[in-house]
Amino acid sequence: MKVSIKVNGQNYTRDIEERTLLVHFLREQAGLTGTHIGCETSLCGACTVLLNGNAVKSCTVLAASADGTEVTTVEGLAKGNELHPIQEGFWEKHGLQCGFCTPGFLMATVQLLERNPNPTEDEIRHGLEGNYCRCTGYHNIVKAVQFAAAKMRGEAIAAD
Amino acid sequence: MYPAKFTYHAPWSVEEAITLMNENEDSKLIAGGHSLLPTMKMRLATPAHLIDMKNLRSLLSYIHDKGDHIAIGSLTTYHQIESSSLVKQAAAILAQTVSEVGDMQVRNMGTLGGSIAHADPAGDPPAAILASNATMVIQSSGGERTVAASDFFQGFFETAVGAGEILKEIRVPKFSGGSSYQKFKHPASGYAVAGVAVCLTKNGGNIGGVSVSVTGVSDGAYRANGVEAALTGQAFSEALAASAAAHAIDGIDALEDPFADAAYRGQLAKTLAKRAIIAAWNNA
Repeated sequence: MKVSIKVNGQNYTRDIEERTLLVHFLREQAGLTGTHIGCETSLCGACTVLLNGNAVKSCTVLAASADGTEVTTVEGLAKGNELHPIQEGFWEKHGLQCGFCTPGFLMATVQLLERNPNPTEDEIRHGLEGNYCRCTGYHNIVKAVQFAAAKMRGEAIAAD
Repeated sequence: MYPAKFTYHAPWSVEEAITLMNENEDSKLIAGGHSLLPTMKMRLATPAHLIDMKNLRSLLSYIHDKGDHIAIGSLTTYHQIESSSLVKQAAAILAQTVSEVGDMQVRNMGTLGGSIAHADPAGDPPAAILASNATMVIQSSGGERTVAASDFFQGFFETAVGAGEILKEIRVPKFSGGSSYQKFKHPASGYAVAGVAVCLTKNGGNIGGVSVSVTGVSDGAYRANGVEAALTGQAFSEALAASAAAHAIDGIDALEDPFADAAYRGQLAKTLAKRAIIAAWNNA
């Protein structure tokens, strides 16, 4: 079947098998391998992307169901060489170790901060409960999100 | 992991979806897909035809104030429900219960109708549907019918929704008493190892009406009639909550799995029932 999905502003029209999952469409058809495949069972969150603005686990969405939608992947966050404030937060606060889970955390954080620009630590941990970091680097991930939230609110960021 | 091959359909009306179901015996409807797709990837479900309801969203995704009840379209997502001020105010048990499903990403995709039509014995929403005495509106080629929550859940992944039928709407009576859903999450999957929903009204220091439902413990969610009988009309105390909660698994063969044996699961249900009764009383 033919499917058209706009990914990071660019249209991708591809002839695919009906059972193709969105994450495979993004990686193999669109060539955007920033979105990772982790557990494949909708638990780990590594494959999180924005589908029409909503954070979803792209291993549990059929590409066919996403026909005609707009998807944002981690490749769509930065503006040229300028990192998105969330990416900057993960950089500044060392919010990653091996980095495998990071694209999913970044995309989930986009949604979290859009719904709650000034989350408490508990709200950050609850909001990101659908993303697993098997290096267990959660403390710095929370700090990275707090950094990004402050920056996106336009506040001065205190140095460490 | 890929699902087995299937033929994909995306109808533009409920009638067209029903026709597709009637023409293709081995078919499944898919809404948010967060129950069905994982099952298909494990090859536990291998429908020959998949009927995607994505084009029916504008039709079946809504939360309407109908005076004495709230009408919720079957394709309404958990996120829409948990963030609805109407549901939070007039059907708090449903708002709280769906806020405990999965995680943010799952609640963005998962739908109330999809979940209860799937009827996973460890799903959270059936508990709220039973405790709130909701009514389900089901459509077939012969027209619409309504089914009470008490007749809807019929066991392991079984509901009153038959072949060639679509769950269209969930009608949740408005309720201004106290309510609480208490859940013990499986630490990996987030599903309910046991979950108990309680809705009750106060009559001075006594409990007025009360409904108690349990999920995760049996082959389907059920009303805990023994707990309700032990509470109705009685003066509230924590001791009463504990003695009533002890009836949470009366007549039930609790499920067993490698994580929780029957005795543990049953004890969880009783403990959660007690907590839910006390919490519901305190916010009534």
